[in-house]
Amino acid sequence: MHLHKYEKYWLIFGGASLIVFLLITGIMAFHYGSHPPSSIKTINYEKVDEIAPFNNPGVHRVSGKDWDYEVVLVASAFYYNPAELHVPKGSKVKFIITSKDVIHGFEVAGTNVNMMAEPGYISEYTTTVDKAGDYLIVCNEYCGVGHAQMHSMLKVVD
Amino acid sequence: MKKQKQKPTESFSAKTAGVLKVDNKDAHLVLAHMYVAFIALLLGATAGLLQVLVRSGYFELPAPLGYYQILTIHGVLLALVFTTFFILGFQTAAVSRTSGALSDTQRILGWIGFWLMTIGTIMATIMILLNEASVLYTFYAPLKAHWIFYLGLALLIIGSWVDLMGHCLRWEQWRKENPRKTTPLISFMAVCNSLLWVVATLGVAIEVVFLLLPWSFGLVERVDVLLTRTLFWYFGHALVYFWLLPAYMVWYCVIPKIIGGKIFSDGLARLSFIMFILFSIPVGIHHQLTDPGIDSPSKYIQVVLTMMVVIPSMITAFSMFATFEMRGRELGATGLFGWLKKLPWGDARFLAPFVGMVAFVPGGAGGIINASFQMNQVVHNTIWVTGHFHLTLATTAVLTFFGASYWLIPHLTGRIFTPSLNRLGIIQTICWAVGMLFLAIGMHFEGLLGAPRRSAFSNYGGAEIAETWASYQIAQAIGGTFLFIGIIIFLYICVSLWWFTPKGEQEFPIAELAPQAEKTPPILENFKVWIVILAALILIAYTFPIYNIIENSPIGSKGFKLW
Ligand code: HEM
Ligand SMILES: [Cu+2]
Ligand SMILES: [Cu+2]
Repeated sequence: MHLHKYEKYWLIFGGASLIVFLLITGIMAFHYGSHPPSSIKTINYEKVDEIAPFNNPGVHRVSGKDWDYEVVLVASAFYYNPAELHVPKGSKVKFIITSKDVIHGFEVAGTNVNMMAEPGYISEYTTTVDKAGDYLIVCNEYCGVGHAQMHSMLKVVD
Repeated sequence: MKKQKQKPTESFSAKTAGVLKVDNKDAHLVLAHMYVAFIALLLGATAGLLQVLVRSGYFELPAPLGYYQILTIHGVLLALVFTTFFILGFQTAAVSRTSGALSDTQRILGWIGFWLMTIGTIMATIMILLNEASVLYTFYAPLKAHWIFYLGLALLIIGSWVDLMGHCLRWEQWRKENPRKTTPLISFMAVCNSLLWVVATLGVAIEVVFLLLPWSFGLVERVDVLLTRTLFWYFGHALVYFWLLPAYMVWYCVIPKIIGGKIFSDGLARLSFIMFILFSIPVGIHHQLTDPGIDSPSKYIQVVLTMMVVIPSMITAFSMFATFEMRGRELGATGLFGWLKKLPWGDARFLAPFVGMVAFVPGGAGGIINASFQMNQVVHNTIWVTGHFHLTLATTAVLTFFGASYWLIPHLTGRIFTPSLNRLGIIQTICWAVGMLFLAIGMHFEGLLGAPRRSAFSNYGGAEIAETWASYQIAQAIGGTFLFIGIIIFLYICVSLWWFTPKGEQEFPIAELAPQAEKTPPILENFKVWIVILAALILIAYTFPIYNIIENSPIGSKGFKLW
């Protein structure tokens, strides 16, 4: 099958931008370690309250790890435990969350901290919080009647 | 070949030889599909209007109705029911028109499928209305609906398989009767879309029949949440191409005829359809980029496969504009863009799909952003995503379906599309475009500010950022009102075309191939080859993640009814 000359240019342009684009995302991910949240740890969702670290939700300072704080959060219909979190500006934070019942979302609104919380799985994402302010945490996956009332607050303090 | 009642009004061509009108008995079958589709459209649009009003913050639903119940109606009736009925009806018409009337057996398959789907739809809809199934159209476990809801969905899926067998067998028959000839283009495309649908729905059928039904029925206590979700999205992304390809059939085969032109290239059209089949199924995990339990490299492989659809999309865009330009120059257009002036802007059969094409430019660009691995986190599950598919599905596909209805319905009912209805069709299109400007742009911007999707009105405890969302929700209410009016105009036109406009013959436009177009390579029609490649791609993309999901699975989930 023969292609029209302009169509060839058009497709070469398309194919080339595709390759460039995929290379950039690939290098970002596998060289700079910028992966989407993809933890594969599992948990018994019916025993979340008894299993570490979820038996002690909240913000914990840690040492000897690649990050400074662990934010441990339990999602259930229709709230997050704890309801408010304080972390110091500039710290490297690992969010660790799970669900006690159905699928919930965990989104720090207006940022790229955004992941699913699914029963039986632990979701993790590490990031540096470098701007002070109050950040609303919303549930962005439908979980039942109270879904739009499910939120929490992340306070990044100086 | 069937003998025909009416005099052929077009010249015969070698490619689309023979029948020029949809057979009468087939027309009844097609109209039955349209009937259910349009009722679903009316109910779904009413739900849509209620949603935008609730989300504006100035309206509350009357007592027994809940927001998520309404949203389930909207998603199920529009995304699953309206589309499936319209598309299978349309494909049946297209095959009957270009390959010839269905045999009795083929038509009976169509009817059995139609009734299975209709019964399934009624079952599911009643359960939603009884508030036993407010689980949205994605029905993620462990939210657990009534088993009748899942059974209804199962019937809808299985019915669709029987239904499409009818017209696919007709295509096969044409091929046998015309050895070594290239099959009619639009029939071939209908078969492609059916193949895509069958392979894709295997995932959701397994999910519904083997996992959710026994679980909701109480036969098993627990269900694997991530497995059901992954099976759903194995289907869910291909679903969007199942919606889009019929629109492309109209663009490739019908629009050239409406503007008085010819099909630019038969081979490229077929090639793009084959590529859509290959690259629309092994990619569903791009909807699960932020899910736990699936490793990052597996996600990345599917992102790469997802992006491949850029190529057939670019082929399609090129073919469309080449057709437009060729025709414009034939009519004496000069200069780089002079041909634009020569297009039939006053013809609703052209304008509606054209606006759909335009919407696909931002729609497609948004899709690339959504599927971009890390960038997905910025928009995942925000209302941006909803804005995205109101452009691609609710504008590109739906406006093309509207434009097609303007000739298809009267063609089937033996009436004509009158100039006054054409004017209404133009107004309808403008109404839709304006409505979408408000609704879709509002949703995109609100989503970038972090507003979640699938959410009733809420001030999130007075949080500052939530205040910035309010004005966009008002914009969506304005846009949604325009859209609802648009639906009413559309349905008014359809009712007129069905029962009231003057009797006559409305053409089912099918364009001929341009004389300078080259011969189509026969490999493109060899489905065996493509099915093998497709199976290989699916195995590459899914074996490892599914194996991992099953191998590492935590204790399954019991059901929850939280609404
Ligand atoms: C009257 C016209 C329409 C209006 C006012 C409208 C409005 C809306 C709104 C506000 C939402 C988001 C609700 C939320 O996330 O909380 C939504 C979701 C949706 N709409 Fe529409 N829409 C209309 C037409 C359509 C059409 C024609 C289609 C497809 C054929 C469609 C398909 C969908 C789908 C699939 C969803 C997602 C449902 C979900 O997240 O579960 N809509 N619509
Ligand atoms: Cu929620
Ligand atoms: Cu997708």
